[in-house]
Amino acid sequence: MKGTKQFRRWLTLLLWIVILAAIIAAPFVLPVFRLNLLGRYLSLAIVALGVDLIWGYTGLLSLGQGIFFALGGYCAAMYLQLNSASELPNGIPEFFGLYGVKNLPFFWEPFNSPLFTTIAIWLLPGVVAAMLGFLVFRNRIKGVYFSILTQAALLVFFNFFNGQQKLINGTNGLKTDVTQLFGQMVGSPSMQRCFFWLTALLVILAWLFSRWIVRDRFGHVLVGIRDDEPRLRFTGYNPTLFKTIIFAIAGGLAGISGALYTVQSGIVSPQFMTVPFSIEMVIWVAVGGRGTLLGAIIGAVFINYAKSLVSEALPASWMFIQGGLFILVVTALPEGVLGWLQSEGPRNLLSRLGIARPISTYPSLEIDGKKEINL
Amino acid sequence: MELILECLFNGVAIGSVLLVAALGLAIVFGLMGVINLAHGELMMLGAYSTYVTQLIFKLPALKPFYNAYVIVALVVAFIVSAVVGILLERSVIRRLYGSPLETLLATWGVSLILQQFVRSVPLAYGAGLVLSLLVGFISPFLLPQKLLEGSRGRLVRAASWAFSALVGVLGAGGLGSLVSRLGRASARNVDVTAPSWMRGGIDLWGVTFPIPRLVIIVITFIAVLGITWFLNRSVWGMRIRAVTQNRSMSDCLGISTERVDVLTFGIGSGLAGVAGVAVSLLGSVGPNVGASYIVGCFMVVVLGGVGNLLGTVLASFSIGIMTDLIGAGRLLSIWPDMPTPLASAVDFFATTSMARVLVFALIVVFLQFRPAGLFPQKGRMVEA
Repeated sequence: MKGTKQFRRWLTLLLWIVILAAIIAAPFVLPVFRLNLLGRYLSLAIVALGVDLIWGYTGLLSLGQGIFFALGGYCAAMYLQLNSASELPNGIPEFFGLYGVKNLPFFWEPFNSPLFTTIAIWLLPGVVAAMLGFLVFRNRIKGVYFSILTQAALLVFFNFFNGQQKLINGTNGLKTDVTQLFGQMVGSPSMQRCFFWLTALLVILAWLFSRWIVRDRFGHVLVGIRDDEPRLRFTGYNPTLFKTIIFAIAGGLAGISGALYTVQSGIVSPQFMTVPFSIEMVIWVAVGGRGTLLGAIIGAVFINYAKSLVSEALPASWMFIQGGLFILVVTALPEGVLGWLQSEGPRNLLSRLGIARPISTYPSLEIDGKKEINL
Repeated sequence: MELILECLFNGVAIGSVLLVAALGLAIVFGLMGVINLAHGELMMLGAYSTYVTQLIFKLPALKPFYNAYVIVALVVAFIVSAVVGILLERSVIRRLYGSPLETLLATWGVSLILQQFVRSVPLAYGAGLVLSLLVGFISPFLLPQKLLEGSRGRLVRAASWAFSALVGVLGAGGLGSLVSRLGRASARNVDVTAPSWMRGGIDLWGVTFPIPRLVIIVITFIAVLGITWFLNRSVWGMRIRAVTQNRSMSDCLGISTERVDVLTFGIGSGLAGVAGVAVSLLGSVGPNVGASYIVGCFMVVVLGGVGNLLGTVLASFSIGIMTDLIGAGRLLSIWPDMPTPLASAVDFFATTSMARVLVFALIVVFLQFRPAGLFPQKGRMVEA
């Protein structure tokens, strides 16, 4: 027994070394285009972790994570735009000139400060999520009503950002790849490499953070909310508080994710707040395995990678595949790939094919029928 | 006076599109607790059915009846959407009763597939597929019951499906060769041209009422009346209401809940098709036409309260009137000497998209006071 434990510890250590080596080496091995894609998918893994926290562990299916994702992206883009606007006439970003805006809108001002921006990237989406969540959870609106309301909220934010040219460049979005950071072009290969490392580091940190949450007592309350909320309420917990907090945390994670995605894709636009994108986030988690944090990361990276590969080869077929994935994962694989592997999935499959021995539920019953069973 | 009349008309017009679209959703969601995100795509199918019907009526043989194609399209759209809806219920949703979130995701997958289907498959093939499904669904009821029993029944069923497949292939081929435009796949939006009697408007009391809008209001009115009658007066409507109230008790009393599910879902989907006809009269038809309505429909259902048609009607009209009032900036023309700060606020929201923003905010505020909508379901269901 002790041997296996030690063996597992060594194995984990080895795995970590391999992962770290892969992350450090990736920018030198992969071409810039692929590296950039990988970096983007890794940043999407962070928002997937948030979705897993609220859906996989707490049972709240949010279809509006795009709001927080885009808010984080806008925060980063506003800072970058301001940072490189000082040489321009008026000292304000170029696009304002198109709409005849002379003065910076008031809410842009704080984004001159890098410190404020770094905080705002996760705090602003978090606070918005907390407010939205509190208003909804306070009334015990849940289940599908919650999903619909988050989707409606998403549409509202989309309409708002899409329509306000004079405030945030409306449907065109804010470009970041030609802006300056630390005297370097954000879109340049060296900066992209740094962003890749930053993303990888933040994915690991976000994973550790999420793991700490779900393994703590807080996490047990979340699972309690998912499995039987009324019972939890009767035992004296206040589900509203817990739900609001975890929704805010997921919002913050989405914000970080959005900021990283923005600097690596070169633009943030209301397209981040479209309805399909937010539902896609759910399917990453569902395929990877809800309720398993690693599953969320693997699902996000793997599905997006598959998406880009399939779309390059057969553009029209991705929608069919994606639609099929939604149906398949819900009907046949509700625990996702990782959940299936962790439960007795593979053995069940093998025994059904007649390769492995069928799993017996109560082995003692079959080995020794006379013995009394204590369940 | 004219202003109020115009405002009211526009609001009712916007509201009735919402209502006819939300009606099917309200039935499926309210009665079965199923979130159907593919509802918008069923509307889209209805809109495409209108387009196909219109093209068929342009054929020389049917040209004299061209003006009546809208009425035929209503029936065709209802049947097409109902058939696809029933297929959806039988194949996917049936496995997921009791887990609404899973249903939501699965129906989203269906909606993606349907959208891509109309993009990359010629409409004639789609029509053939629906035709064969229709024949396949109906044929067991037409054959003598004796034939369907026992081991021979399986064979008969298989034969009937083979026959319906043949009908579908023939239908698709015939349609594709008769109307060449249906034989090719196209991702482009198409336009449904209204028949001559539907163009223009009627002038009354100094206000112009566009006829397509009036037609939509009439369609909505008939749909609501028909559904109300069906649910409250017919035998199957009574069964549907019984299953809604207590599924297991209805089952014990001998109501086939499975049939009720199919029927309810079929009617809900068929109403989506009718809504599709209405939508096709307003603008061009594309694979995404349904997606733009679906969130609005859900807001209607949430605001109206579940399982209550009156709530749905009131909710959609109030949303329609609010949207028009805010979006067209009518408050300013009703009350011209408004204080400046208020006027600028009204002006800020006076676009269609910003009106949506404000209307949603108002709905969320409203739900703070009435979390279960306008007319909450009464009963002892603590955690419905």
